[in-house]
Amino acid sequence: MSKTDLPPSYLMPSDSLYLVDANTRMAHIARGLVKRRRAARRLRYAGIGAIATALAFLCILLGSIFSNGYTALCQTEILVKIEIPAAELVDATGAIDPKKSQAFNWSGLVKKSFRKIFPDVTGMMDKRSLGELVSANAGYDLRRQIEAAGIVPAGEMAYWITASDDVDMLVKGYMDRTIDEGARRIKDHQLIWVDQLHEQGLIRLAFNSTFFTAADSREPESAGILGAVVGSAMALIVTVLLALPLAVMSAIYLEYFAPPGKLTDFIEVNINNLAAVPSIVFGLLGLAVFLGFFGFPRSAPLVGGMVLALMTLPTIIIATRASIRAVPSSIRDAALGLGASPMQAAIDHVLPLAMPGILTGTIIGVAQALGETAPLIMIGMVAFVVDVPTSITEPATALPVQIFMWSDSAERAFYERASLAIMALLAFLISMNFLGVYLRRKLERKW
Amino acid sequence: MVSFMMHDTNSATQMKKGNDRMTNAAANQIQADDVSVFYGDKQALFNVSLDIEQHAVTSLIGPSGCGKSTFLRCFNRMNDVIPQCRVTGSIRIDGTDLNGPDVDPVLLRARVGMVFQKANPFPKTIYENVAYGPRIHGLAANKDELDFIVEDSLQKAGLWAEVKDRLQDQGTGLSGGQQQRLCIARAIAVGPDVLLMDEPCSALDPIATAVIEELIAQLQDRFTILIVTHSMQQAARVSKRTAYFHLGELVEYGDTKTIFTNPANQQTEAYISGRIG
Amino acid sequence: MRNDHISSSFNEDMAELTQCLAELGRLAQTQFAASIDGIATQDVAALQALIEKDRALDELEAQIHTKAFEVIAMRAPAATDLRRVLVALKLATSLERIGDFAKNIAARTIRISEMGNERIPGVNIGRMAELVNSLVLDALVLIDTPDSQKAVQIWSRDVEVDHLYGTFNQEVLASMSRNADMVPTGSHLLFIAKNIERVGDYATSVAEQIYFLVEGVMLDDERPKADREVTINKI
Repeated sequence: MSKTDLPPSYLMPSDSLYLVDANTRMAHIARGLVKRRRAARRLRYAGIGAIATALAFLCILLGSIFSNGYTALCQTEILVKIEIPAAELVDATGAIDPKKSQAFNWSGLVKKSFRKIFPDVTGMMDKRSLGELVSANAGYDLRRQIEAAGIVPAGEMAYWITASDDVDMLVKGYMDRTIDEGARRIKDHQLIWVDQLHEQGLIRLAFNSTFFTAADSREPESAGILGAVVGSAMALIVTVLLALPLAVMSAIYLEYFAPPGKLTDFIEVNINNLAAVPSIVFGLLGLAVFLGFFGFPRSAPLVGGMVLALMTLPTIIIATRASIRAVPSSIRDAALGLGASPMQAAIDHVLPLAMPGILTGTIIGVAQALGETAPLIMIGMVAFVVDVPTSITEPATALPVQIFMWSDSAERAFYERASLAIMALLAFLISMNFLGVYLRRKLERKW
Repeated sequence: MVSFMMHDTNSATQMKKGNDRMTNAAANQIQADDVSVFYGDKQALFNVSLDIEQHAVTSLIGPSGCGKSTFLRCFNRMNDVIPQCRVTGSIRIDGTDLNGPDVDPVLLRARVGMVFQKANPFPKTIYENVAYGPRIHGLAANKDELDFIVEDSLQKAGLWAEVKDRLQDQGTGLSGGQQQRLCIARAIAVGPDVLLMDEPCSALDPIATAVIEELIAQLQDRFTILIVTHSMQQAARVSKRTAYFHLGELVEYGDTKTIFTNPANQQTEAYISGRIG
Repeated sequence: MRNDHISSSFNEDMAELTQCLAELGRLAQTQFAASIDGIATQDVAALQALIEKDRALDELEAQIHTKAFEVIAMRAPAATDLRRVLVALKLATSLERIGDFAKNIAARTIRISEMGNERIPGVNIGRMAELVNSLVLDALVLIDTPDSQKAVQIWSRDVEVDHLYGTFNQEVLASMSRNADMVPTGSHLLFIAKNIERVGDYATSVAEQIYFLVEGVMLDDERPKADREVTINKI
């Protein structure tokens, strides 16, 4: 390079740092370095501060939910000795006759046996008051237990009977004894009885398995999330079965087959827009089209799944397209070069390699759908359903809707159960995310 | 001829009319006439005409960006994959214009195979890599025939001895030279007449390159081979005819011996002797 | 040194080169042996045939030249391969020159025979001719099986040829100075002797090339030459 190729140095000021000797220049740079390091440190602290704040809020949120919900893991029970009259229940062979069992007054039996603990309680009012200490469904629970066992035990047996939700709240300490009797659900004389039970050791807090094995109920002590979980699971299965194939095929079409032009651009823009649409709009769509026009059964997981599928479709399409683009074009070229049709090249080669990304996108989309409440409310999954649904066309409810309904309820006991249900939902979401991460790590390929 | 070629002509009866003449003729007259290629408004190839000699290796040489890969891809219509790519002029195999309306690119690519610059075996087993082509074209009636095709192709590619005990291993686990030979085996398993090779050795070390060049020399008995190479020494070693391209134009086309000892064109001489980039 | 190249056609090219060289060597040696035989027998017909046959050697040399050129252009040979090709070029030239000298000897022998036997000096060129012939044969063996030590041996035997040449020169000159009739034939004989001595030089050159092929460096020392000045002054 000759001297004439260099830019004329007279354009630079004579004290320019570019032209001075190396030592001066290095000293200047070293001085500036101090400021630069300081700025970097400030930025780092700001970042740490932001993360710490976020974590703090997260801890507060989780902490409050946990503190509200963990007591729901236990349920108060009262030990009652009951003698079941076998003669009124069994048929000729000695097995339990369902019709006789249906006609039998189980509830009365339980209450009568309970009252035996307090022999000096007389009078209709007092007796009724005493009976209120026991769960209203206690008789039904006992009946189911005996029917499941198949035989009627002879003689008097001790049973742990579920206490009423008011007693439960009292035992767990949520009821303030000091306030005026009129403002309390447990009256003074009932308090005395409960204390008596404590003294006799006839009352305990046991693990609340009902929460995980029963469906919704009017009585909090008999309410569980199983129905909601099954309903959510069914809806999610429908969602995945509908959304995944549609999304993958759409993405393949848009990526490889759509002719470049205004129409394709329009479709692509709108898919991205759909991902941002509020979920309640999809609920309205489901209500109007699926329920109103097509006449699908209300509050069924089928319809819930269809609505959620529409919601998740854009997410999965976007994830699929990104994964497809990440597959090196050399693989597709090699397949095409062998004489594979574009569809064969896409399905045989690109799709299997894009699967990890697609699965991750699906799991993220489905986890998102799991927590959606508004669209499900619109299509009617807010119904009070006491049975665990057995098919996708039966009325059902979903877990977030169940939480919504419980948190709206009057009984104090439902409030703690709602918190526990939230924890169950969070646990499910976290495990789905872990599944997504695990699948992605396992299926990831190195090129 | 290997047995699977007969299956190929059986399926010929079900092909579209425009392709019938292509597979039934024994000779492969390959002619390019006045071919130009445009990427959008930019012209990459200017009126190239040449005849490819059968059962010989023809190499396309020239500096980067001179259009040789573009020209190569015209022969199996891989330029279709690139949007906004337009090919004018005619390329004829046995008289049928490849860009004609009744020629199906998928069928064309079963007749004209391609090996790419960077070895791109599928992330599947070695067996699956070679078996994919015959499978999708239905060349094997049963598993035994497919096994035979796979073994034969790997033999022809000079890879059988090295992989016969590990056909179920991943194709991507082989060395670079082996991977490229696997890609060659994969291409010839479909039984093409013509092999297009786009700088097949550019990513390989000299020994692996020499092995593949020897393989190419042996393959030319069965296939017509068109190879693009940026190494003119490779063209000198491997090919019988050489075409020199410069900035999208065909400058000289002739016997390799003549081009390297006494080229007719001054530009060719300058390129060969390293006087321009 | 006989490892095969990965490229079989490269092997074939080099084999072809070697084959042509061996052919040319055989031809050259046959021509030379025939020419020195002819000095004694003076069979004119055979000598004419020999002169005609020289064309074959020229063609072979051109063939080797072209082949070597192609190998360099197309194969870019390196190391031993490169030396083999370059040496082949020089050997072809040397062998062809040997053939040329054989032709010249034959031509002069014919001229001598026309002049009648009584006018030939009674000198024996046989010893020198035999020695040079054996040098050529040994050189040919070297072409087939290169050996640098044997090459040096051949290279050093050239001194003896020079001695014999000097002696022969003296005898012929003496004979010519005694009898003026001998001068025409004598001068032919001198040229023939010179040609034979040159063949010896070229055989030695072959040995030098083979040495270069094997060792990769030229033979360093000056080839030992007999002091001709002294010889001439001894008359």
